[in-house]
Amino acid sequence: MARATKIIRNFYRDSVSLMQLSSTITKLPGVEQASAIMASPNNVTLLVEAGLLAEPVEAGANDLLIALQGNADALESALAAAESALKQPFPSSTGNEQSRGMSSRSIEMGLGNLVGANLVLISTPGEYAAAEAFKALGLGLNVMLFSDNVELKDEIELKRFAQERDLIVMGPDCGTAIINGIPLAFANVVRRGVIGVVAASGTGLQQVTCLIDRWGSGISQAIGTGGHDLHRDVGGISMLQGLKALAADPSTSVIVLISKPPSPEVASKVLEAASGAGKPVVVNFLGADPDRVRRENIYPAATLEDAAAAAVALANGRIPEARRASVTSPSITPLAPQQRYIRGLYSGGTFCYEASLLLKKELGQINSNTPVEPEDRLSDVWTSRKHTVIDLGDDLFTRGRPHPMIDHRLRNERLIKEASDPEVAVILLDVVLGYGSHPDPAAEMVPVIQKARDLASKAGRHLAIVGFVCGTAADPQNLSKQETAFREVGVTLAESNAQAVRMAASVVQKPDVVGGRL
Amino acid sequence: MIQALFQEKLHVLNIGLSSFADSITRAGGSVLQIEWAPPAQGQQEVGRALARLVNLLSVETANQTAFDAYQSAQPVLNGVGTASQVLPNIAERMILHSGPPIAWKDMCGPMKGAIVGAILYEGWTENLARAEAMASSGEIAFEPCHHHNAVGPMAGIISPSMPVWMVTNTTNGYQAFSNFNEGLGKALRFGANGPDVITRLKWMGQVLAPALRASVELLGGIDLKPMMAQALHMGDEVHNRNAAASSLFLKRLISALLKTRTSAADIAGVVEFIAGNDHFFLNLSMAACKAMTDAAHGVLGSSIVTAMARNGVEFGIRVSGTGSRWFTAPAPVVDGLFFPGYSAADAAPDLGDSAITETAGVGGFAMAASPAIVKFVGGTPQDAIDNTMAMTHITVGRNNAFTLPALNFAGSPAGIDIRKVVDTSIQPIINTGIAHREAGIGQIGAGITRAPLACFTQAVSALAHSIGSSQ
Repeated sequence: MARATKIIRNFYRDSVSLMQLSSTITKLPGVEQASAIMASPNNVTLLVEAGLLAEPVEAGANDLLIALQGNADALESALAAAESALKQPFPSSTGNEQSRGMSSRSIEMGLGNLVGANLVLISTPGEYAAAEAFKALGLGLNVMLFSDNVELKDEIELKRFAQERDLIVMGPDCGTAIINGIPLAFANVVRRGVIGVVAASGTGLQQVTCLIDRWGSGISQAIGTGGHDLHRDVGGISMLQGLKALAADPSTSVIVLISKPPSPEVASKVLEAASGAGKPVVVNFLGADPDRVRRENIYPAATLEDAAAAAVALANGRIPEARRASVTSPSITPLAPQQRYIRGLYSGGTFCYEASLLLKKELGQINSNTPVEPEDRLSDVWTSRKHTVIDLGDDLFTRGRPHPMIDHRLRNERLIKEASDPEVAVILLDVVLGYGSHPDPAAEMVPVIQKARDLASKAGRHLAIVGFVCGTAADPQNLSKQETAFREVGVTLAESNAQAVRMAASVVQKPDVVGGRL
Repeated sequence: MIQALFQEKLHVLNIGLSSFADSITRAGGSVLQIEWAPPAQGQQEVGRALARLVNLLSVETANQTAFDAYQSAQPVLNGVGTASQVLPNIAERMILHSGPPIAWKDMCGPMKGAIVGAILYEGWTENLARAEAMASSGEIAFEPCHHHNAVGPMAGIISPSMPVWMVTNTTNGYQAFSNFNEGLGKALRFGANGPDVITRLKWMGQVLAPALRASVELLGGIDLKPMMAQALHMGDEVHNRNAAASSLFLKRLISALLKTRTSAADIAGVVEFIAGNDHFFLNLSMAACKAMTDAAHGVLGSSIVTAMARNGVEFGIRVSGTGSRWFTAPAPVVDGLFFPGYSAADAAPDLGDSAITETAGVGGFAMAASPAIVKFVGGTPQDAIDNTMAMTHITVGRNNAFTLPALNFAGSPAGIDIRKVVDTSIQPIINTGIAHREAGIGQIGAGITRAPLACFTQAVSALAHSIGSSQ
């Protein structure tokens, strides 16, 4: 086994492009392992740990490093192939770009090349993101900050700076938004309509907008705020701005707010503003007591699904009804006596959190890497214990690896591991569609689900697999095509996370039930 | 208001994952992918300081003031003087050199050779070895030309008794100076110091300077800006190509020269000398550019570059809002074509004050006017246009006096903004000659080089600091 490296100085590419390139080179004949990365000290350390580099190289964050391992005679041509792929013209969009011969190297240059620019979408590595956001705001542009790892003090400063200029900062760590019907980052293609959403949770926003679409209504605007916006020190600046803008927007008649429970002072500010919005406002503060949320004009919702249902009812001129927690349990043959536990393998953080909340009420302790109660934290995130739900999008799992909505390998491995555990009764999965997500999740997951089921049945067990697909008919992956593929392999699908969780719970609560209503 | 965004069509600038731009396009949205790389060579603190300076009102206002002063400068050649009598703060035993400050022991070969030549020219000794000993002993002071309102090409040597061009910006009354151009081949500015070089320098002081002084006086001064503008329309960029400008200058000069009391033999010598040197105008161009950029210097908060200069070891810049401070980085090696028998291995690193022309929006910045110049790097006329266009992204404005026919008579990009350089990593382009690394061999080629980014990142930090501490 031989190694080869190449450094291309002052040549920057984003991490996703480089991961795509790495995977292309890895598939070349004779190549065992390959990685193309920007040679930051952290990345170089990763490659040394992975055995791709014998020792650290002299290179910096603006130098591109290609490292290969494989047959000595194959490496040279693989390096050449990688280099020629990199030297392809930089992908530039069509849109309204008025080419002046030179691609835009900065926001300021971009302003000259895109007439009417009004929003900057930033997904650089976190350490550079705040600076780009400041530039955008300084130039009078709104910001969507997809990048994570932005310090809280920077977030506060950015949001105050924006507020002074009557601009909005969506994020940091804002995974999704839909502005004027255009899906941004990880967003679904939803029908346009009268419901406006402001969400501090990316997958929460996706769930609510997709269910609204599924139930025949549509979205005016969906504004992300990033997960820390309702932190005491940030004070909900972006959510309050979003709420105010939707309240003033003639195309919006119902507003939905989504967040984990905010600090009490931020909650009261947000709820007071919501109550005075002049439009009905549905509020889902995940896990919050509805009576503490309720105000004039405010409709508390316990789950993301309830929030979507309430918003659709209000949009249709109806008063939302309390939803019955009635579910169809999956049709299964009886479980073996030792099959007692649920294992939730989530790609969406908010789905995982909501599952913890709902299951805790029914089943008691739910172990997780992102638990509702600190004492339920898994000591070893790689090994499940009793009832466990895992957020595979957690930083612990994504270091040096794409998010599980893009790359299914990690979840697939975990799925096989859980299926081999004789104590497992149900595996609970989310599948997230939309722009940014994997182009065909079913193609990646179905063979592994089949393998998991075979593994269990060979051991004399029947394994229930319950899930839901968060997406729309207009998404590039197509909701019904994906749902059909999962159903064909025996996955029991619900419409929403909350329904899927209840189904899963029903299996372990009444293991002898074979179908029917609960 | 944010809800105003809801009424407009969304136009997105995407920085980072290019797949997000693809998605927006597929969804029917309008998006432009920024070809982003970490600014400031990845130095996060500088990047953050820069972010706060982008479109900052106090900087924008300061830059407008500085640019207006640059634009309204009217450099006029109104005299020929002797360095010791006209340069501010020049001492009796002082020799001026190009670029940022540098100690004798650190100087490159051509600069050392030129200093030795200047000592011989001044007659401080007649012995070459003794001249070197004097230079290294500390008894002679070495200071940058720029510290005395002057500029000089290559080694840029100006010693007290040398003749200098005197250029006045008639808008503000300030003066700028440059030495005389000796022609190609073995010349002091390349470090040559043999008897023929010293003899020519003496002739320039004793015959050429008085003849030119008398002619300029008779003419009542020569407006340099219109002459430079005309040369740009004739294929010069007035840095590395001065063939048209030198001819225009001689044409302007000659009738006055004939009216002076210069002997016929000397007139013949003067005309022959000027006509035989296509770079004769370079030093005038440089003094004019110095007068223009000095007008923009010293505006509190301004991020406009007012000098770029190289001493053969370091490349240095000065910025309007950061006073007399130099921001330096190792001088780059020039990418170019070499005369037969020479290669890049023989080249001295970038040398000379002549990058004052690019600082003033001509030279490499006006390359579109001078398609012939790109042959030095094997380029095409389109490359010349592209180079000028690239500079529009790092400059504050256009110099309406210097129009470029190939760009439909648009003004030449001018007023290098350190913020834009650091934000885009587009380096100012410089057309330049290449000196042999050893003293006295002379010019061995010409080509294109770029100002090192490190100068600009340091300057951004300093400007941010000065603005932060003044608020």
